[in-house]
Amino acid sequence: MSASAVHSLWTTAAEPITRIDAPKFEYGQMSPTLIVLGAAIVGVLVEAFVPRKSRYYVQAFLSVVALAAAFAAVVALAAGGYGTTKARISAMGAIAVDGPSLFLQGTILLAGLVSVFTFAERRLDPEAHGNRVDSFAAQAASVPGSDSEKAAVKAGFTTTEVFPLVLFAIGGMLIFPAANDLLTLFIALEVFSLPLYLLCALARRKRLVSQEAAVKYFLLGAFASAFTLFGIALLYGYAGSVSYATIAQVVDGSIQNVTPALADTMGNDALLLIGAALLVMGLLFKVGAVPFHMWTPDVYQGAPTPVTGFMAAATKVAAFGALLRVLYVVLPGLRWDWRPVMWGVAIVTMLGGAIVAITQTDVKRLLAYSSIAHAGFILAGVIAMTPDGVSSVLFYLAAYSFVTIGAFAVVTLVRDAGGEATHLSKWAGLGRRSPLVAAVFAVFLLAFAGIPLTSGFAGKFAVFKAAAEGGAAPLVVIGVISSAVAAFFYIRVIVLMFFSEPKPEGPTVAVPSPLTMTAIGLGVAVTLVLGVAPQYFLDLAGQAGVFVR
Amino acid sequence: MNPVNYLYLAALLFAIGATGVLIRRNAIVVFMCIELMLNACNLALVAFSRMHGNLDGQIIAFFTMVVAAAEVVVGLAIIVSLFRSRHSASVDDASLMKL
Repeated sequence: MSASAVHSLWTTAAEPITRIDAPKFEYGQMSPTLIVLGAAIVGVLVEAFVPRKSRYYVQAFLSVVALAAAFAAVVALAAGGYGTTKARISAMGAIAVDGPSLFLQGTILLAGLVSVFTFAERRLDPEAHGNRVDSFAAQAASVPGSDSEKAAVKAGFTTTEVFPLVLFAIGGMLIFPAANDLLTLFIALEVFSLPLYLLCALARRKRLVSQEAAVKYFLLGAFASAFTLFGIALLYGYAGSVSYATIAQVVDGSIQNVTPALADTMGNDALLLIGAALLVMGLLFKVGAVPFHMWTPDVYQGAPTPVTGFMAAATKVAAFGALLRVLYVVLPGLRWDWRPVMWGVAIVTMLGGAIVAITQTDVKRLLAYSSIAHAGFILAGVIAMTPDGVSSVLFYLAAYSFVTIGAFAVVTLVRDAGGEATHLSKWAGLGRRSPLVAAVFAVFLLAFAGIPLTSGFAGKFAVFKAAAEGGAAPLVVIGVISSAVAAFFYIRVIVLMFFSEPKPEGPTVAVPSPLTMTAIGLGVAVTLVLGVAPQYFLDLAGQAGVFVR
Repeated sequence: MNPVNYLYLAALLFAIGATGVLIRRNAIVVFMCIELMLNACNLALVAFSRMHGNLDGQIIAFFTMVVAAAEVVVGLAIIVSLFRSRHSASVDDASLMKL
C-alpha cells in the first residue's frame, strides 16, 4: 500500500480553501486617526527607551506635532471635498468620512491640542527639590503619603505616560463620531474611555480624591458600556447586521432579500426598542445627560484639572457626534418613539443641571453641573431632526469645547498651599487681586451663560432656532428658562470675584508658562470671534451637516 | 435546542450581573458583576449569530473578550491603587466628595 493510500484510510480531503480577499483600507481617508494612534504607540516606545530626563520634552513635542499633523490631514480631507461631495464610507464599511465626522474630528483635535498644552504646564506648582512638576503624580503606583511617594518626588519623577494616554483617548474619540457600524462604535468607546479612567487617577495633589474619582468613573463607565453592548447585541439580533445602513433599512422596512431568520426577528419590536434604548442610554451616559449624569460632578472634581478640561470638552464632542449619527442615520425610522423620550431627557437635563448648580460651593463641581446643563441645550438641537439641527449642534460643540478648556485652565491658576483653591469662598475678591485672570474667567462665564457677543450666545441661538423650527417650541421655552437660572449662578461668581473684599489668607494666582497662556488666550479668542462674527463658522457647520449613509 | 433559550439565559445572566453591580459593596465584586454582564452580551451575540447564520456576532464576541481583558488591566490597576491607599475596596467608603 502506498503512503497516500494508507493516509486516506483515516483522512479525507477537505474542500480547498477559497481565496480570502484582503480587506481594502483607505489609508488617506483614515490618516487623522492613524497619525494620532501611531504617535501614541511611538509615545509608549519613548517611555521604554528614552532617558527619564528628556522624556517630558520628547513626549510633549511628539504629541503636539502629531495632533497638528492630524488636524492638517483633516483640513486636507475637507478641502478635498470629502466633507461634502465626496463623502463616503471607507475601511470596509466601518468608518464614515463625511461632513459631521470631519468637522467633529477637527474640533476634537484642536481641543486635544490645547489640552496637551495644559497637560505640559510645569510652572504652577512650586518646584519640588529643584525639579519642575506638572499636575500629575510623581509615580502613580506609590501610595499617597508613603515613603516611596516622597522618594519619587525627591527623585523628580513625572508621569509622562499621560501624553501617550491622551493620544490614545483622542484616537478613540476620532473614530467614535465616524463609526459606521456598531462594532466600531463599541471599540472606539472603549479605546477612548480606558485611558480617561487612568488619567483621572493621576493627580499630584489630593490623590485620594483623584483615585476615588477614577474608581467611580471606571465602575460606572464599565457598567454603562455593558448596557451599550447588550443594546448592540439586541440590535444585531433584530437586524442580522451591525452596519448602520442595513439596520436603518430593516427598521424602516425597505430591506431587500429577507431571509427566514430575519423575517422572524424583524417582527419582534421588543428587540428593536430595548436594543435602541440601551444603546442610546450608553451614549447619553458619556454625554452626561440626566438621569445618567451621576458620575459627572465627582469625576470632574476629583480628576486633575487639565484632564477635567479635556474630558469636558473632547468627550462631549465625540459622544454627541456618535449620538447624532445613531439617531439620524440608524434610527430615523424610529423617531416617533425616541423623540418623546429625548424630549424628556433634554428637559430634565437642562433644568436639573442648572438648578443643582446653584447650590454648589466648589468651582469644579459648578462647572460640572454647568456642563450637564449644556448637554441639555445641545440635546435640544439634536431633537430638531432637521439639517439645521445637525449644523447647530456641530457649531455649539466647537464653541463650547474651547470655552470649557479655557475655564478649567483658569481654575489651575488659582492656588493656595494645598494646590488648587477650588472652593468658591476662596475666589472672593479675586478681581481686586488679579484683575486680568478674573476678567478672563468672567468672559468664559458669560459665554457659558450665553450673553450676546460671546460664542455661547451664537451657539444657543442656533440650537434653539433649530429646535423651534423642528417643532420643539416648548423645549425652547424651557431652555430659555433654564438659561436664565444658569445665568444667575454664573453672574453670582462674577459678583463674588469683583464685588467682595479679598480675604487676607486668600489664594495666590500663579503665573503660568506660555503653554497655559496659549490655552487660555485661544479660549478667549474663539469665544469672542465666534460671538462677534459667527457667520463664517455657522456656514462651515452648515456645509458639514450632511451624514453619509 | 432552540437558540432562543440561550437568549433567555443571556438576559437572565445580564440581569444578575446588573443587580450585583447595584447591591454589592466590594469594588472587585462589582467589577466581576460587570464582567458577567459582558459575558451575557457575548452569549446573546453568539446565539443571534447562530439564528441569522452570519458571523458578525461571533466576531463581536471575540472583540468583547479583548475589551474585557483590557478593562481588567485598567480596572484592577485603579481598584488596587485605591485599596492600597485606604486598605478598603468598599465602594461605600469612597465618599470623600459627598456634600
